[in-house]
Amino acid sequence: MTDLTVKLPGLDLKNPIMPASGCFGFGKEYAQLYDLSQLGAIMIKATTVETRLGNPTPRVAETASGMLNAIGLQNPGLEKVTGQELPWLEQYDVPIIANVAGTTMEDYVEVAKAISQAPNVRALEINISCPNVKQGGITFGTDPDVARELTRAVKEVSSVPVYIKLSPNVTNIVSIAKAVEEGGADGITMINTLLGMRMDTKTGRPIIANITGGLSGPAIKPVALRMVYEVSQHTKLPIIGMGGVTNVDDVIDFLSAGASAVAVGTANFVNPFVCPEIIGQLPERLHELGFDSVEQLVGRSHRL
Amino acid sequence: MIKQERMQIIKQQEIAKHIFELTVQGELANEMAEPGQFVHIRVADSFEPLLRRPISVASIDLEASQFTMIYRAEGRGTQLLAEKRPGDTLDVLGPLGHGFPVEEAQKKAYLIGGGIGVPPLYELAKQLNARGIETVHILGFESKQAVFYEDKFRDLGDTHIATVDGSHGTQGFVTHILNELPTDFDTYYSCGPTAMLEAVQWAYPQKKGFLSYEQRMGCGIGACFACVCRTTKSETDYIKVCSDGPVFPAGVVIS
Repeated sequence: MTDLTVKLPGLDLKNPIMPASGCFGFGKEYAQLYDLSQLGAIMIKATTVETRLGNPTPRVAETASGMLNAIGLQNPGLEKVTGQELPWLEQYDVPIIANVAGTTMEDYVEVAKAISQAPNVRALEINISCPNVKQGGITFGTDPDVARELTRAVKEVSSVPVYIKLSPNVTNIVSIAKAVEEGGADGITMINTLLGMRMDTKTGRPIIANITGGLSGPAIKPVALRMVYEVSQHTKLPIIGMGGVTNVDDVIDFLSAGASAVAVGTANFVNPFVCPEIIGQLPERLHELGFDSVEQLVGRSHRL
Repeated sequence: MIKQERMQIIKQQEIAKHIFELTVQGELANEMAEPGQFVHIRVADSFEPLLRRPISVASIDLEASQFTMIYRAEGRGTQLLAEKRPGDTLDVLGPLGHGFPVEEAQKKAYLIGGGIGVPPLYELAKQLNARGIETVHILGFESKQAVFYEDKFRDLGDTHIATVDGSHGTQGFVTHILNELPTDFDTYYSCGPTAMLEAVQWAYPQKKGFLSYEQRMGCGIGACFACVCRTTKSETDYIKVCSDGPVFPAGVVIS
């Protein structure tokens, strides 16, 4: 019997697969397609203090084996997320990881304090890496001192473990990872999207209204793997890895590189059943590779 | 209910310049209800192109468990779709979105379409006719080479064609024809470029109308918040074209 369970701070996962924040809304749409209780966890869409409208359209553009997006953290705001979205998700036996965003440190603290008290929220994912908002977001994730300070502030008010979502848009991701570890983070999620752009060849204008967008999809998997590999060697923090995961072998790769669990993002748009499909295939694939449990795979590349 | 299914291709043919008619068969067809809904198609099993393509449904045959789509092969995705042949299977997700409300028309309806916005109006015309509603079709195309389904629409009611270059029907846009037609209809339905939808809305401010919008999509089911539009109903919210629409009552969407 293959053991898919994973134990992480705050998270007792029945399997290591979860949809990534921003790619799954608050679960309602995918609940029309399958039972959400099958998932290891759900990382819900970023929540800010106030209702957020997000960026003008077009917000997405396709690229070679990837997509650019600049949604701009559109969400109904803290009150609606804690009052409506999270209670609705309680009907499913699945831990929720709440993604927290803001424009000031006070915003992050306010959302983290309130949302961490929701009964089904078992961990926070602090979004210091969104490339699509002018204030906040990535500005907190590119300076180690600021990232450390923000982690401390959020840890102080959160009643559940805190994971910090790292940006790949930095020169030295290890220094940011070490900084959030010093700040008291319980874990790391990585990576967020890579800043990119695409032009309309006919007009010469950028396609995305925000000019730039975050690149995701299979195109970024090599970058994400390299970063998980590096960070996992330099911190003790558990990592939830993501970036271009589309199938069961991608999951094996991320676990091998040092991730303890894996999130699936853009692939949900390509195949809305991708998460349950991967979960279904994982036991056989592990068995074929000679493993009895997911945990045996974590960081195996470092032991070879 | 939304389903994902590998549907079998029954027919694929070019019916106008770069315009293809594609018929598929499978269980998913039995879920089709409203004209104006769409499906999300994965055109390749590889990651290039990556995202699905939203394609509108032109006609539904529930008895045969089939439906037909009409699309323009212009980008990489739709060109790959045009290469598929009868017997091939296609990864289809649908039906998606909310279509045209047929029950809103009383006696006579105007169906106003532009280019690749014309196809969903065909199933709409069929369903309205089946309910005893008289339909008048005002359809705009780039040129004679791009015109399709003219005879099929004529079989269902009075049909007027406009072409931008004047090579067929009236020269100009659908609005040129609308200016000449009586306003003795009770409901209008429209699908096409946003500028056309705007012009139609301006032409009939007193009439009940339903408009089908387009926007770049990610997921197609309402989860990714890519295909949003501002609305006159709220200053603090967007509506999603894929799941709240693509059809909205006239006067709701700020384009």
